[in-house]
Amino acid sequence: MADIIINAKKLTKTYRLFAEDVHAVNGIDFSIEQGEFVSIMGASGSGKTTLLDMIGCLDRISSGRLEVLGRDVTTLRETELVKVRRGNIGFIFQDFSLISSLTALENVELALYFARSLPKKNNAQKMLEKVGLGKRIRHLPRQLSGGEQQRVAIARALATEPRLLLADEPTGHLDSDRSQEIFDVFNTLNREDGLTIVVTTHNQKLGLQAGRAIFLQDGCIVSKERSNLFN
Amino acid sequence: MNVLSLAYKNLKRKKIRTALTVMGVAIAVGVLVSLMGFDRGYQAALTRDIDKMGYQLLVTAKGCPYEAATMMLKGGGGLRYMEEDIVKHIESDTRVDKLTPQLVATEYDPDRLDGQGGFVMYMGISDSYRDLKPWVTFKAGTWFSSLNADEAIMGYEAAELEQRAVGDKIFIPNINKVLTVVGIFDRTGTQDDGVVFLPLQTAQTLFDLPGQLTGIGIKLKDIHTIGEFEEDLYNVPGIQVISMAQVRGTILNLVASARVMANSVALIAIFIALIGVINTILMSVFERTQEIGVMKAIGASRLDVFKLIWMETLIICAAAGIIGNVIALVGSGVVEIILRKVLPYAPSGSLVLITPQFLASAFLGAIVLGILSGIYPAWRAASMIPVEAIRRGE
Ligand SMILES: Nc1ncnc2c1ncn2[C@@H]1O[C@H](COP(=O)(O)OP(=O)(O)OP(=O)(O)O)[C@@H](O)[C@H]1O
Ligand SMILES: [Mg+2]
Repeated sequence: MADIIINAKKLTKTYRLFAEDVHAVNGIDFSIEQGEFVSIMGASGSGKTTLLDMIGCLDRISSGRLEVLGRDVTTLRETELVKVRRGNIGFIFQDFSLISSLTALENVELALYFARSLPKKNNAQKMLEKVGLGKRIRHLPRQLSGGEQQRVAIARALATEPRLLLADEPTGHLDSDRSQEIFDVFNTLNREDGLTIVVTTHNQKLGLQAGRAIFLQDGCIVSKERSNLFN
Repeated sequence: MNVLSLAYKNLKRKKIRTALTVMGVAIAVGVLVSLMGFDRGYQAALTRDIDKMGYQLLVTAKGCPYEAATMMLKGGGGLRYMEEDIVKHIESDTRVDKLTPQLVATEYDPDRLDGQGGFVMYMGISDSYRDLKPWVTFKAGTWFSSLNADEAIMGYEAAELEQRAVGDKIFIPNINKVLTVVGIFDRTGTQDDGVVFLPLQTAQTLFDLPGQLTGIGIKLKDIHTIGEFEEDLYNVPGIQVISMAQVRGTILNLVASARVMANSVALIAIFIALIGVINTILMSVFERTQEIGVMKAIGASRLDVFKLIWMETLIICAAAGIIGNVIALVGSGVVEIILRKVLPYAPSGSLVLITPQFLASAFLGAIVLGILSGIYPAWRAASMIPVEAIRRGE
């Protein structure tokens, strides 16, 4: 049996808005094993991003318990959370979020720099080649198409050789062909490298390609089902 | 990939904004360096001027001491007259080492400066002039043959201006007198360069001022006796004593108010530049909120972000420090011209003296400015919470 990489108990995120509590994530229990490819689906506002941010140690949790990569992060502050995520968790966001003044290669190197793993500098080039952008490494983000930019973001997330890849609506701004390409990359990474991947998406067709889908509604998990499509 | 290149690339993104901010600080630095240079240069030039007079005290006829002080430095002695007898009185004092009487007169010459017209300054001097100013040498010719000869010695610039050589005849307008040029002094860098010197008695006769003087320069054996000596002369009627230290003080007082003004302007310029830098950096921090969030998501710590933003302000201020120094060096000529027009008395020689120390300290000052003004924007950026930063950007 594989290691548990994420373990959540009564995980809750509460926002206080105009003296009223909004439970964006409302006391959910779940765990994700090493090597899984999980999609989180649900309507807009159901809490997907909030959940992913907590898993990725980008945000503190409000109550409950959360273990990430074998560490109890329940009470950690931002200064400690950054050490957990740095180099270990790769992020991909909906709107590519590349640094516009840096080239594709520099964007990837930047992640290595911040993760204190510049010795792995060759990874930058390697990862860009892996996502099919070996010939575009000197391009600035604005000189790349949306799909290409998202692939740079994937290369950036992977360069530090993380144990966990998190993607929040990675295909939100892409057409269906480009979206499928991104998911193909995820599938390959998961199957060939055994990378653990958690993806949020609106898109049922794509989401169901993952090994498992978690459905959220109003911050609660409504049904868990194992998809056997790729097993 | 390092903080420096990252910061540099960020700044390059908004070239015009960065350039304007740099210029703001650079101008402030330039103004500051020029002012420091002026402070140093003016005092040095003034002290040099006064040392070159060769005497520590000047006795003149009673009048406004301020007027006398500036007139004297301009080469005159306050155009009031006193009796020659006083020379003997002072000479008998044992504390006196050397002294030189002088009679200054000016005449308007309509032909001067190619017909523009202008005043020529004449100064009657005696042999003792050379005792007091042993460094004054001849470019050509020699000293007067006697103290009542119809001869003249020209200051370096006076000769240059009128293209005179030894042996030439010069004509004093209004008096209709022709004198022979017997000598031309070397350049001394003082106001004396523009003067036409005559033997004392010749001058007294020509300008119809028999037995009259405009001033007596005095050098004491021991400078420390200056106080009591001055005190004693105070009782002699019809004259006043001005010490050179006093003149220096008086003139420095005259420019002090101008200096206070200029220094406040410089301080305001620096303050504005500081606000400009903070504003620019803060603006770019807010514009990059999402990017900063992303950097944090991919592993940047608070310190990483702080260093990055701080480095940007440092680059701006370091560049401004260098450009400001260049502005000061290039601009000091212009400043000098303006100062000469504005100041009550401008000594000869360069008024703005910019030393390497000034340049270095101005550069360091700019760096300190960068360090200080970077703190707040850098802190703001560093304290952004990653999720909020990323989402707010969306
Ligand atoms: N900073 C916040 N303050 C208050 N409420 C918030 C905040 N962030 C999110 N929420 C609320 O939490 C809930 C979950 O938001 P979340 O962004 O996780 O939804 P989502 O499933 O990712 O939606 P989408 O598919 O549109 O991205 C929403 O109701 C939202 O209004
Ligand atoms: Mg979302």
